[in-house]
Amino acid sequence: MFMPAILYIVALVGVPFVLAFFYAVGDVKVGSVGYHFVGLHNFISVLKNPTFRLALRNSFIFTISSQVLVLIGANILALALKDAFPGRRFLRFLILLPWVAPVSIGSIGWKWILDSLYSVISWVMVRAHLVKEYEAPMWLGEPKLAMMSVILVHTWHMLPFATVILLAGLTAIPKDIPEAAAVDGAGYFRTLFQITIPMMLPIINVAVLFGTIFTFTDMTVIYILTRGGPYDTTQVIPTLAFFAGILGSDLAEGAAISIFMVPLLVIATYLVLRSAHRAEVT
Amino acid sequence: MAVVETRKLSKVFKRGNVGAVVDVDLQTREGEFLVLLGPSGSGKTTLLRMIAGLEEPTSGEILIGGRVVNNLTPRERRIAMVFQSYALYPHLTVYNNIVFPLKAQGVDKAKRKTQAEWAASLLGIQHLFARKPRELSGGERQRVALARAIVREPSVFLLDEPLSNLDAKLRASAREEIEQFQKRIGTTAIYVTHDQVEAMAMGDRVVVMSQGAVRQIGTPAEVYDDPADTFVATFLGSPPMNILEADGALVGFRPEHFLPTGVAERAGAHVSYPFRISHSEYLGAEMILYGTIAEGVFKDRKVISRVPSTHGAGLTDSSLHTFSVAEGDLKFFDPQSGKRTATRRVAS
Amino acid sequence: MKQVILWLVRIIFAVLLAFPFYWMLITTFKRTTDLYNLKNNPFIFNERPTLEHLRLLFTETLFLRWVGNTAFAGLVVVIITLVLAVPAAYALARLTGGWGAQLGIGIFLTYLIPPTLLFIPLSKVVALLDLQDSLWSIIVVYPSFTIPFSTWLLMGFFKEIPRDLDDAAMVDGLTRWGAFVKLMIPMSTSGILTVVIFAFTLVTQEFVYALTFISTAAHQTVGVGVPTFLVRGDVFYWGSLMAACLITSLPIGFLYNIFLDRFIEGFTVGAVK
Repeated sequence: MFMPAILYIVALVGVPFVLAFFYAVGDVKVGSVGYHFVGLHNFISVLKNPTFRLALRNSFIFTISSQVLVLIGANILALALKDAFPGRRFLRFLILLPWVAPVSIGSIGWKWILDSLYSVISWVMVRAHLVKEYEAPMWLGEPKLAMMSVILVHTWHMLPFATVILLAGLTAIPKDIPEAAAVDGAGYFRTLFQITIPMMLPIINVAVLFGTIFTFTDMTVIYILTRGGPYDTTQVIPTLAFFAGILGSDLAEGAAISIFMVPLLVIATYLVLRSAHRAEVT
Repeated sequence: MAVVETRKLSKVFKRGNVGAVVDVDLQTREGEFLVLLGPSGSGKTTLLRMIAGLEEPTSGEILIGGRVVNNLTPRERRIAMVFQSYALYPHLTVYNNIVFPLKAQGVDKAKRKTQAEWAASLLGIQHLFARKPRELSGGERQRVALARAIVREPSVFLLDEPLSNLDAKLRASAREEIEQFQKRIGTTAIYVTHDQVEAMAMGDRVVVMSQGAVRQIGTPAEVYDDPADTFVATFLGSPPMNILEADGALVGFRPEHFLPTGVAERAGAHVSYPFRISHSEYLGAEMILYGTIAEGVFKDRKVISRVPSTHGAGLTDSSLHTFSVAEGDLKFFDPQSGKRTATRRVAS
Repeated sequence: MKQVILWLVRIIFAVLLAFPFYWMLITTFKRTTDLYNLKNNPFIFNERPTLEHLRLLFTETLFLRWVGNTAFAGLVVVIITLVLAVPAAYALARLTGGWGAQLGIGIFLTYLIPPTLLFIPLSKVVALLDLQDSLWSIIVVYPSFTIPFSTWLLMGFFKEIPRDLDDAAMVDGLTRWGAFVKLMIPMSTSGILTVVIFAFTLVTQEFVYALTFISTAAHQTVGVGVPTFLVRGDVFYWGSLMAACLITSLPIGFLYNIFLDRFIEGFTVGAVK
């Protein structure tokens, strides 16, 4: 009863996955007919490319920064949402919107908010006399600001998902554990850092690993906000693969670039499995 | 050592609702093992949690050692609590579980070690220090919970049905362990349970509760032999006391006092009734007989008798015998309030 | 005191997270002259609100076409997903030995293989099937991630139904397939409905494949069409653009919110078991 599903997945995930490796070690271009094995040639030329090295570095900066922000933010928010309060449902609706709305839609919304001329953030900063009127920051046009902007937007998009997962972990803690800690004399922060968070560690792991995988392999936010610019300063591996492989029609190069995501995927997946196994045992 | 006292303590969870705990006055005696006994919903756990500081009273006062503690946190009340699930910290070793309260108080490392070893030796669990809770058996977990409770040398021990998660076989030995432990350290203990056998076996005194109110406080003998009302009378004792109505009075007698005439050893006047047995249960040491009174003012009322098997000859289903109760063993209750009234004469 | 801090946290986060949507709302109804006037306070309506952007969106752009495309694709993909995932999830949930769980995890892991790795070989596959630039390209490809996700969610739901019920049904004369159709499916309508909603939202949220496989504006989905084609040259028509965003985000948001609890149930049961 599950063979059709498995066959579908093998055909549309398994086969392309293997094909990606074949392309990376071949010389396929869109429209090319033959196939020649070129070994590690593509990988070497990719590694020699300074744009690629920049994209690799950016991928790590982008992923680590947004994940750290998401982790801290989601923890704080989950703690604030744990107990029932009036309006909780409505608040939850609001908090979920960044995750639920198509990420491309949210990103284009942010593009408007971060517009070089009409940004509402700039307007507020000018009125607050933090910047002069015609020196408003080019949020998506200056390298450092652009990176900050894409990190911010991606964090904004991922926060609800992480919050929901952490909240589930938080509510899974039996009620009498924090009570025992209170009786034992632990204050709020001791209970939080020595009891609550350690008990949530398995699920925090899951949230972080999923978040890392989705962030490292995401191209949408950056594509819409900056197209990888200015001057490739927000280029990451997936966007580079897209520009080379799809827009540039060099399938071999694109495949080689995207394969650099595989090591991280493998490590993260292994850690997810190990963590899920641990969560079962506690 | 401290005496725990509550004065007119009440708790209402939702305004307009009936109280979970209603006007409870009680006072522990130093070093005693006080049991709060009642069915679920009787308020016993809420009462315990208020004493612990985990639940805020709606009105009334709580005093520990003569000091009003209503505004003190659990930590400041110097109490220790053993939860139904034991609430051991699953990610910490047994040793770290036990020293956690000491760490929270800022006790230094060396002193923590000595305290932990002292507490563990009282319960014989030093060899478990490196283990995690999930590796322990139910009985071992209870001992760790007790060690964690005692390590701070609290003034009062609060226990919330710690035996209910153990399987029946383990329960008896775990029960004995708690009893002996409390006697050894001599700290006042308040113990919540719905199991009346546990209450009778462990308690120095029993507080019988129902629907938030205290029905009676007394020694096991007092609440069993001298119940204050029909609730106490029927809650304690298994099978429950027979309670029959006649001439506007309620009269009760325990199954073990309703015996074939001649078997009952108690001297003095007896009242006799013809008893038709409908079915019986043979439990080894005794037999439980279910049947009805065949004639007289209690005709057709269902009663239960509890007869030692040694006197079980001839007590078969559908047989008719004369059973009697010593007049001294009859308890009378008011039909309206259920409260115990003075002895009256009863017709046959 | 603690309450004050909690509420502060709640409100600050809610504002930060929902602000862009509020911004979409305001922009949608503001006159262009108001929008592009730097002297005006952007937070209020300086001129009277207008429906002009909405009119433009619906009558002079392909927005409705995109919504239609997306809805159609979503519908077909959901059907394909249900047909394949529901029996698979049931079979795996009932498989004895560790196999069921292992295969289930294996299937779920494929969800973690990113589209930005697969899109290059898949673009060749799509070309081979002659589906390039067609809505059908994504209809064929999307189940590759909706099926793993849905199977795993459904496994969690099916596991909740005690095995004894299957056995009772079979003792009563049903075959395993019969038990599945007549008993399991009716009992899991809540789970199946949840999966329908989530699969549909996965379709509406997808960007990479639609961007890669479809080039003509008229064939595009709303997720790609709005950020890509609602510009003329270099000029973004922000009013209509934000209107499009608003209309796309809110209904999905409502649906998601209703089904979130069930999703969490399925997610955490599936994850930890």
